[in-house]
Amino acid sequence: MADLLIELFSEEIPARMQARAAGDLKKLMTDGLVEAGLTYAHAQAFATPRRLALAVQGLSEHSPTTREERRGPKVGAPDKAIEGFLRSTGLTRDDLEIRDDKKGQVYIAQITTPGRAAPEIVAEVLEHTIRHFPWPKSMRWGTGSLRWVRPLHAILCILSDGSGAQVVPLQVDGIVAGDTTRGHRFMAPDTFSVTSFDDYAAKLKRARVILDPAERAGHIWNDARQMAFAQGLELVEDKGLLAEVAGLVEWPVVLMGRIEDQFLALPPEVLQTSMKEHQKFFSLRDPKTGQITGFVTVANRETVDGGKTILAGNQKVLAARLSDAKFFWQNDLRVAADAMREWKDGLASVTFHNKLGSQSDRVARIEALAREIAPLVGADAELAELAAQAARVVKSDLRSEMVGEFPELQGLMGSYYARAAGLPEDVARACVEHYQPLGPSDSVPTSPVSVAVALADKLDTLTGFWAIDEKPTGSKDPFALRRAALGVIRLVLGNGAKLDLFSICLLSVLRFRRELAERGRLASSHTIKESSYAYGRKRPGKNLALVPFRGEGQKFDEVRFAEAIEIEGVYKTVWFPDGKTTSELEEFRFDPHAIVSDLLSFFHDRLKVHLRDQGIRHDVIDACLYTSGSAPSGATPGNDDLTLLVKRAEALNSVLSTDDGSNLIQGFKRANKLWVDEMKKAGFNDDPSFLKAISVLDEAEAQDGVEYSFGPDPKFFEDDTEHALLEALDSADAVITPAIASEDFATAMQAMARLRAPIDAFFDAVQINTDNQILRRNRLNLLHRIRETCLQVADLTRLEG
Amino acid sequence: MAASIEKGAKKPESFQEIILRLQSYWAARGCAVLQPYDMEVGAGTFHPATTLRALGMRPWAAAYVQPSRRPTDGRYGENPNRLQHYYQYQVIIKPSPPDLQALYLGSLRAIGIDDSLHDIRFVEDDWESPTLGAWGLGWEVWCDGMEVSQFTYFQQVGGHDCRPVSGELTYGLERLAMYVLGVDHVMEMPFNAPDAPIPLTYGDIFRQTEQEYSRHNFHAATTEMLFDHFKDAEAECRRLLDMPADDPATGMRIIMAHPAYDQCIKASHIFNLLDARGVISVTERQAYIGRVRALAKLCADAFVQTEAGGGQAA
Repeated sequence: MADLLIELFSEEIPARMQARAAGDLKKLMTDGLVEAGLTYAHAQAFATPRRLALAVQGLSEHSPTTREERRGPKVGAPDKAIEGFLRSTGLTRDDLEIRDDKKGQVYIAQITTPGRAAPEIVAEVLEHTIRHFPWPKSMRWGTGSLRWVRPLHAILCILSDGSGAQVVPLQVDGIVAGDTTRGHRFMAPDTFSVTSFDDYAAKLKRARVILDPAERAGHIWNDARQMAFAQGLELVEDKGLLAEVAGLVEWPVVLMGRIEDQFLALPPEVLQTSMKEHQKFFSLRDPKTGQITGFVTVANRETVDGGKTILAGNQKVLAARLSDAKFFWQNDLRVAADAMREWKDGLASVTFHNKLGSQSDRVARIEALAREIAPLVGADAELAELAAQAARVVKSDLRSEMVGEFPELQGLMGSYYARAAGLPEDVARACVEHYQPLGPSDSVPTSPVSVAVALADKLDTLTGFWAIDEKPTGSKDPFALRRAALGVIRLVLGNGAKLDLFSICLLSVLRFRRELAERGRLASSHTIKESSYAYGRKRPGKNLALVPFRGEGQKFDEVRFAEAIEIEGVYKTVWFPDGKTTSELEEFRFDPHAIVSDLLSFFHDRLKVHLRDQGIRHDVIDACLYTSGSAPSGATPGNDDLTLLVKRAEALNSVLSTDDGSNLIQGFKRANKLWVDEMKKAGFNDDPSFLKAISVLDEAEAQDGVEYSFGPDPKFFEDDTEHALLEALDSADAVITPAIASEDFATAMQAMARLRAPIDAFFDAVQINTDNQILRRNRLNLLHRIRETCLQVADLTRLEG
Repeated sequence: MAASIEKGAKKPESFQEIILRLQSYWAARGCAVLQPYDMEVGAGTFHPATTLRALGMRPWAAAYVQPSRRPTDGRYGENPNRLQHYYQYQVIIKPSPPDLQALYLGSLRAIGIDDSLHDIRFVEDDWESPTLGAWGLGWEVWCDGMEVSQFTYFQQVGGHDCRPVSGELTYGLERLAMYVLGVDHVMEMPFNAPDAPIPLTYGDIFRQTEQEYSRHNFHAATTEMLFDHFKDAEAECRRLLDMPADDPATGMRIIMAHPAYDQCIKASHIFNLLDARGVISVTERQAYIGRVRALAKLCADAFVQTEAGGGQAA
């Protein structure tokens, strides 16, 4: 057994790439070694700004010798065939064995591949690893062709055991592997040789390099906290920053400073962001006031003056940065005090998207939507008015100097400025909260004003991009529409809101269509000479596109056009983007219902992902999306009410987790299968649609001359279980129907679950397919009742398993 | 002389002393000390000694001061460290030597930054110039938390892979000098020696011009004329490059890569002026940058056909 030590010594590796690179080095090396037949006990990788290191313990010294037996030609085969076999096996005729086979005697080759020594394998795997390293970005340097994250200077590669260390012979692009490395760039730049991992780590530490990033981070964190504590301050936790800073230093030296009094009036988030983004400083908070009053910076060296010069330099840079921030803050406050007029006007010149207009167009739409949504999320008339007011100001801070400098402070600055403008607290809060939830772990706002604006903001984005057909595809989602949809879902569910999504989205899409038309994106028309002329055809040089679905020679003015689209989506349009020549024309069918249906399916997909994370199976949600009597997608009753949908899914999910529930499903499926089979026999192969099936029965019954409404007739029952089942169904319906009406899905599902025993008993006792057509028909109709009852909450046929 | 400067026996006292020390440091390291390019550019990288010479196989080593203009950064001379006209110090060496980092750190010592007292760090900062169609990987160099230089290994210029790779160092001279000299406002920085018979500050020389150019750039420059100039430069650049390489007057093969590149630089600066005048919308902006980049690419294509660019001068 031997231990392997590798160090790849380069110029400074970007901090954000180090951890991943250490992991990749470990994985590529150990995978390669194992694939080549070596075994090892333990491996650990490390990264510093200038080196990637890997220590592998207990590496086998050889790969095992392998033996392979290969069948060759028959004895007596042509010489050519035998010679070919010898060439391919590298043996001579004497080495071959002759063995009896069914068809006679054949030559057998025993091929022995001797194991290879570890150094040879290590060299091969390491060279391959270096040449194929998955850096997110790599480069060449000088005259070489090797790629690495920054110039690679040295390779240390040794195998050591009890008897000493040996350098693995290896050369990559002129870099010869050795057993030496260097210490800290400034404090211990000389080279030294090492004999093992322990020796390496110990000598590095003497040479002012802490190899392990976790140890550096721990050191920084502890020192920083202690220094803060000594001053009565607390360190603001920031794990991302800690990891980054630990990746910028080999020998961390923590220094603490105070923020000049003149900057203390700045919002704490501004101080924190400025210090973090520009200087990579940690913030120190005064626990008594909550103010940020100090900072911690981490230097990469010790100095004879105890870091005094370094701290003074950092203080100075910070002062310059904070002077800028203070300047922005003061200028911004002046604009805010003037009712943010300058910003609101300025939004007209900020393009949101070239097809969807400016930020001020967007603000107008959000205001309209927020008004419509507010009553649905618990706002009274007064709050609805506040929601509209909030919608008018929430985007204003995009024009502020502070947000220009620190885009990540958008919303938050808006809140500060709204308060400075004397706006109500609900409005100020909406400025920051309307962006929420920002991610799966971000909290969901609950105040009706914030919720209304947050929903309006996201729905405007979604319907807008759907209206211009720029939806996310695959991994591409440049406008974060998936996040917006998840935001809508979480806002609705988190507030238990009853929102008719389809209607709201349709309203918004129609509004977009009017805007697109007004902007000449969807050109409003003049006289339409023939209906074929714009639809599906490009017309040179004209911004003419509106075509009635049917009819010719009609004349539309702007107003009537706008009215027409509001009433019904019967107009098809062709889109002529302005400024394009004929050859560049895009065609675009604008069908609001289709657009909204498609958007709703997108919501459903997002909902599945969201609920899956909460432990609800995707087939359960599918089942709830398609209740009895509903169309397969789009605007079906209830399935655009996400709150209701999730209630149904949760009820179904909890019933499924009980024995009765899962057995009910089995019973139901049996009934359903028989039913569907029967319908197929009647000629409905592809469409086991329940309603169609019933109409077939209707017809059949009419032909038979039997008066027969849906449902079994007890007078044809032969078995007690049939009576029992029908009674059970009747009493279940008596519970289920009112329960569903009051959205008490749990009760409904429990009532269904109680059907399990009678269904099982029925199937055990009764043969459905009897020769007696009347009995058979009657039993099928009993099955139909099971189906009807069970599909009320969800389409159970969609459940898997 | 160079040796004694490097030891940093004495801190520099003026802006010009820092420049002179950098000049002699890099001259002693074998760089050709060039003069600034005689055109308006946004950064030292635009000097053909960098942009064009980074292309092709021929070894190259140059250092120079480049006055640079960023019209949008004008602050009428009032901001302590923002200027519409400032100086960059530029070093370009091809192929990049293996000890370029050490050479660079030596230059900091030469101007009085003692790395036993200061904290010098190489922080990831990849460089990309959309107008030049160029990019490289490297760092911004921090001294006690302040960015003092840009350090880049060029990977591509004008759409061409750089083989061999050039190492490029860019020092923002005013900021660096303010730090070394301990000055808080750029206008108060001594330009020549403070004990000279006529001591001049940076402000004595540039405060007025900053005001004049700020007014010009933001409010006075005639935009219609600039739009025309942009089109003219663009057309001239393309026209020069479209001409056949064989010169009928001399019978020699002369590709006019540099005169064409001058037009590209001109277009770039005019675009910056128009941008400062606020007459270029966000969407147009990308289109203009794309037009300049197209010119830069054509010039690079032409340069690699020339002798200096390593092409066949047949």
